[in-house]
Amino acid sequence: MYTVADLRKGLKITLDGDPYIVIAFDFAKPGKGQALYRTKMRNMINGTILDRTYRSGETFEPASLEERTMQFLYKEDNAYHFMDNKNYEQILINEDALGDTKNYLIDNLQADVLLFRDKAIGVNVPNFVNLRVVKTDPWAKGDTSGSDSKPATVETGYVLRVPPFIEEGELITIDTRTGEYSTRVKS
Amino acid sequence: MTFNWGLARKRNALTARARIIREIRRYFEEEGYLEVETPLRIPAPAPESHIDAIPSGEWFLHTSPELSMKRLLAAGYGPVFQICHCWREGERGRLHLPEFTMLEWYRTDAGYLRLMDECETLIRSVTAALGKGEKIIYQGIEIDLRGKWERITVAEAFSRYTRCSMTEALQNGIFDELMVEEIEPRLGISGPVFIHDYPASRGALARLKADDPTVAERFELYMGGMELANAFSELTDPSEQCSRFIQEQEQRRTLGKAIYSMPEKFLDELSGMPQASGIALGLDRLVMLLLDLPSIDEVVAFTPEEL
Repeated sequence: MYTVADLRKGLKITLDGDPYIVIAFDFAKPGKGQALYRTKMRNMINGTILDRTYRSGETFEPASLEERTMQFLYKEDNAYHFMDNKNYEQILINEDALGDTKNYLIDNLQADVLLFRDKAIGVNVPNFVNLRVVKTDPWAKGDTSGSDSKPATVETGYVLRVPPFIEEGELITIDTRTGEYSTRVKS
Repeated sequence: MTFNWGLARKRNALTARARIIREIRRYFEEEGYLEVETPLRIPAPAPESHIDAIPSGEWFLHTSPELSMKRLLAAGYGPVFQICHCWREGERGRLHLPEFTMLEWYRTDAGYLRLMDECETLIRSVTAALGKGEKIIYQGIEIDLRGKWERITVAEAFSRYTRCSMTEALQNGIFDELMVEEIEPRLGISGPVFIHDYPASRGALARLKADDPTVAERFELYMGGMELANAFSELTDPSEQCSRFIQEQEQRRTLGKAIYSMPEKFLDELSGMPQASGIALGLDRLVMLLLDLPSIDEVVAFTPEEL
């Protein structure tokens, strides 16, 4: 059982029998008024987006999903192919259902595939993943503040802001909960 | 060794924040205000239905400096201002930190309308000190600071932006929801707006309007859809204040929340407090607004999650 305090981006709950994933969340409190928890959720089966506002004291059932560890094999058009580590069965998940997690899927990554009534509807990725930078501008000489940022493309095609000292070919750690740069991985 | 790039990136924001605080101090000093400091750790906060304090030993971290500052007014101090940290349990979001910085000030010569004028002057002078023009852009919204800022009543806001009246919203228990979902996002979009005269039940420490006691002399300042400040004409009648606190305590009991002890010393001294009006402004949010930053996380050195 979850409470409003558990609400955050990525939380999966059951609503009217269907699994939903929270895709946006904000805490609101009009002056002197009560706390309100504004959420935007995506139905993990049919993709419908729902806006709901909750009050303190409300509770939620976790989404009843089965998790199976699988290996990400490859992407073809909009389909992501995975293989079950136990029975070598292959499944595919549509890009839309993956949401932001598609930014972190590299070949051979072990991920927990989420199943609802035997149908794969999403993937759990670790909180932190290491990805290689494949494209970024070189470090401008003379910039020693360390406070600027520049765009970088990682091997999955995902683009994020990184510190100026990060160079092409380097491995960086990304926080998958925020999608932001975390640290540089020392080689 | 890990280089904290996220923290290093905040340098510009933290530098501007320090500049803003310096300008605020300069403004209040010039206006003849006395800067005061009151204890952050207190025996009990004012009982208010929806504001929860964080315990600190047998006492609590204050949720605002209101009670102590009013005791100063009762002892003949005034006008006074304070910049301090405040704590509120469970408040965390794009605009909320459980530990945040409040700018609170009181003047003893005027009602709440005078404070609206003062907000205009203060924010214009801080904006000018930062070298910004009379129009600022916040998250793509142009906010024109010139002229007299719009003033509308809460009742007008309900009829303008929602499908029901303020009275109906209160009766149906959806006042807060409509405020957050329908009204707030539309407030302060072209210029700042003061929304005033809140239902009497929404201002436990505010004076009721003499010609309409169903509303309190309370206003909030909104800029770019964001609530920036809350002000009252202060209630100075101790027996009325005591019965309001009892109502709030009852409400807290109904909601299953902690019951705070009565602030007896405050109530004892309140009858000596002159007519006054007071205002609390979220300093972090003012910094967000002036620097065009989307989240409160970006204007403080550390959020709780980063500690």
